[in-house]
Amino acid sequence: MHAVNWKRWLLQNVGFASALLLLTVLYISYNILHPRGFSSAVAVQNANETAAIAFVAMAQTLPVLLGGLDLSVGAVMTLTSCIASHLVNGSPAEILFGMVLTLLSGTAFGLMNGLIVVYGRIQPIIATLATGAIAIGLALLVRPKPGGDVDGDLNWALTNSVFDFAETYGLADGGNAWWLRPIANIPVPVILVALIAILVWVPFRRSVTGRTVYAIGSAEGPAFMSGLPIHRAKIAAFTIGGFFAACGGLYLAIQTSSGNADIQQAGAYTLNSIAAVVLGGTSLLGGIGSAIGSIVGAMILRVISFYFRILDIDPLLQPLIEGVVLLVAVSFGAFRTLRVKNKLDLFR
Amino acid sequence: MSDAIVEYRGISKFFAGIRALENVDFACSPGSIHAILGENGAGKSTLIKIMSGVLQPDAGEIRLEGKPVTFPTPDAANRAGIVCMFQELSLIPDLSVADNICISDPPRRFGLIDGRAQVARAEELLARVRCEDVDPRSLVRELSLSRRQMVEIAKALGRKPKVLILDEATSALTSRDVQTVYDLLAELKAEGVASLFISHRMHEVDALCDTLSVFRNGQHIETFSKGEKSEREIVHLMIGRDVEAQFPPKPPLTSADERGTPLLKVQGLKWENKLNGVDLSVCRGEIVGLGGLDGQGQKELLLALFGALRDVDGDVTIGERKGIPSSPAGAKSATTRMALVPEDRKTEGLMLGMPISDNLLAASYGKISRGPFIDPALARHAVEDGLRKLQIKIGSADDPVMTLSGGNQQKVVIAKWLMIDPDIILLNDPTRGIDVGTKQEIYRLMRALANEGKAILFYSSDYAELIGCCDRVSVLYDGRVVSEQEGDAITEESLVAASLNIDVEAA
Repeated sequence: MHAVNWKRWLLQNVGFASALLLLTVLYISYNILHPRGFSSAVAVQNANETAAIAFVAMAQTLPVLLGGLDLSVGAVMTLTSCIASHLVNGSPAEILFGMVLTLLSGTAFGLMNGLIVVYGRIQPIIATLATGAIAIGLALLVRPKPGGDVDGDLNWALTNSVFDFAETYGLADGGNAWWLRPIANIPVPVILVALIAILVWVPFRRSVTGRTVYAIGSAEGPAFMSGLPIHRAKIAAFTIGGFFAACGGLYLAIQTSSGNADIQQAGAYTLNSIAAVVLGGTSLLGGIGSAIGSIVGAMILRVISFYFRILDIDPLLQPLIEGVVLLVAVSFGAFRTLRVKNKLDLFR
Repeated sequence: MSDAIVEYRGISKFFAGIRALENVDFACSPGSIHAILGENGAGKSTLIKIMSGVLQPDAGEIRLEGKPVTFPTPDAANRAGIVCMFQELSLIPDLSVADNICISDPPRRFGLIDGRAQVARAEELLARVRCEDVDPRSLVRELSLSRRQMVEIAKALGRKPKVLILDEATSALTSRDVQTVYDLLAELKAEGVASLFISHRMHEVDALCDTLSVFRNGQHIETFSKGEKSEREIVHLMIGRDVEAQFPPKPPLTSADERGTPLLKVQGLKWENKLNGVDLSVCRGEIVGLGGLDGQGQKELLLALFGALRDVDGDVTIGERKGIPSSPAGAKSATTRMALVPEDRKTEGLMLGMPISDNLLAASYGKISRGPFIDPALARHAVEDGLRKLQIKIGSADDPVMTLSGGNQQKVVIAKWLMIDPDIILLNDPTRGIDVGTKQEIYRLMRALANEGKAILFYSSDYAELIGCCDRVSVLYDGRVVSEQEGDAITEESLVAASLNIDVEAA
């Protein structure tokens, strides 16, 4: 790429670039401070704790790009993790079937959100407030008490490094193949999040439907006047959001080998997903941002919490500090309003 | 007219019972540049909105190349080859220029948008409108308004139109770009494209178009070839109606000396590209009209004076004080109090879901409060007073204001501002969409207020009102006052001519 292109990319993606910079600085200094920093073990542990929120943040990104909010992402994640805790065990075929069914149920829930928003003409925030409660209700029916039975091999394979994955399933000479070496130490959850992002998000962004999502968030009137498929894009956004949330739920179930219809956890994930989306440079007004940014935002949130462990800070301070970081990050976005010349435009 | 590309047969459109278009027959032919002329509210924009699928006609038939068609959405019209460039640009600010140009049908590879092909196509189209300086990868919001308009033109071209509609497409362009557009339209004409051209600039119409159609009051008056009629005749066709409303008598015309020091004096007012140096003054006891076609800066002028715009340049003296109020709150509470009856009462004037009483009191809570608390007795008294003064017909003052008719809603807005006893009253088209009876009440009220010594600045899109109500009229064109008229010199012809920035006497 030419220097000019880099400069333009930076200017057009200030939010994402600064989030990436912040994450890099935070994570490197974390590893320096950590007694076993820069080791595969630390990376694996961090990745395991980040994967679910990264998926849920991706799920939240799409409704936010439309200019709305999805208050059901945490609940859908909880529901799907409860479903997975019943289905993901048995023979390999059964496990695969269970995983597919889990992902499908979350996708279907997202589709329902989209249909309600588009054809019910209900604001996303209210529609998903209601459907989120429904999702938690269903989760409680599916799993009244915490528990469940998720395949142990799968749990081990997906929550460790690529080497352990290969060893568990006897792939690539039990993980000793020469071509696996370069990636053998990468934690599996990192690969999973990257794969989903590359296979689902990147093509979506380059489709007409995906671009329509951006267009709606940026200026819905012109999007309509340009003859874009507005309904299809809104439904697709919520549906894919449901799929990402289900990825989060599935991973959470595998990671904890169980399901738990935990209402507080669902709420915390929803709120953290909004924080992650904003930290990742996506505008709450819609039209600007990306799911990749939200992954970075989710990582920033998690890294902040890692500091509490190694620096021995009172965990009671954690919400306070996360709140301050979020507030500072969001304030940068507010500079926009200083440029508005017609004060009436501020209210539109 | 069997060779017409688009033909209207008996098209009518009503908004809440008010006629926007009635029984219109209209046709345009391939390979022509067709101007559509008319005053504000003549039905021009309704005509093109129906053609481009934004609005559906209530009656009548549209034929495209002889076959009856309907366009339920803008997309359907686009696919049929009818492409419209609207005044409000249809570009999406957070997407790149290339994204915007190819928005509805981007080049694809394996079902996904091909970024490179898209940039190439955008470059080609930008070259065609001679905008090689625009980088297809930059975001639309980074461009100036004139560049955006050229991108809009490139986008329209990319759809291979059979009929291209340009609604005030040149309003923000530089003169070099205007020439480019002229050349382009000539090329398209040679290719057999029909262009519909809506412009308020007579000289552009003159330079460019081969056919002209005049609309008035929702009806198609006449279509003729260029050169058949003089500018004077065209202006006559555009007016051609009787003054229907009754206006209260005006006081005798006074000279500038007799009027004394102006209460509101504006010199060289500039804001963005909407106001380009406005000069005017209003004295006590005077109603000064703002004339001109829609969108020549009248609205912005009123908003600027009321402190609603940022970064306004120019010298403004209000009463004894120099400078523009920093906010509407400052404007209403200064020594010389100012009030603005805004353009859109539904979004800027009223809180529709709130009771009539709260709306009436919204600007004057300071007067009816004791300490931090609203005094219910004072409030009730003030509400009754306001309702009586303007004879607002209501069931109960606790009803939501949206239950009132348009005329009574507007009276609530005016009563709200009269409660602060303003010295300067700014009115933005206060009679738009209300019945004749209420209009006359408003005219009488304005004159009564002026006689009490208020200074009134009154924008109206209806020339008859300006003639009937105003002591003086300043006509705006392109963000400047191009003509000042007083007394009997204010006539429909002089106003229409000034609003088109042409000189009828010379024509």
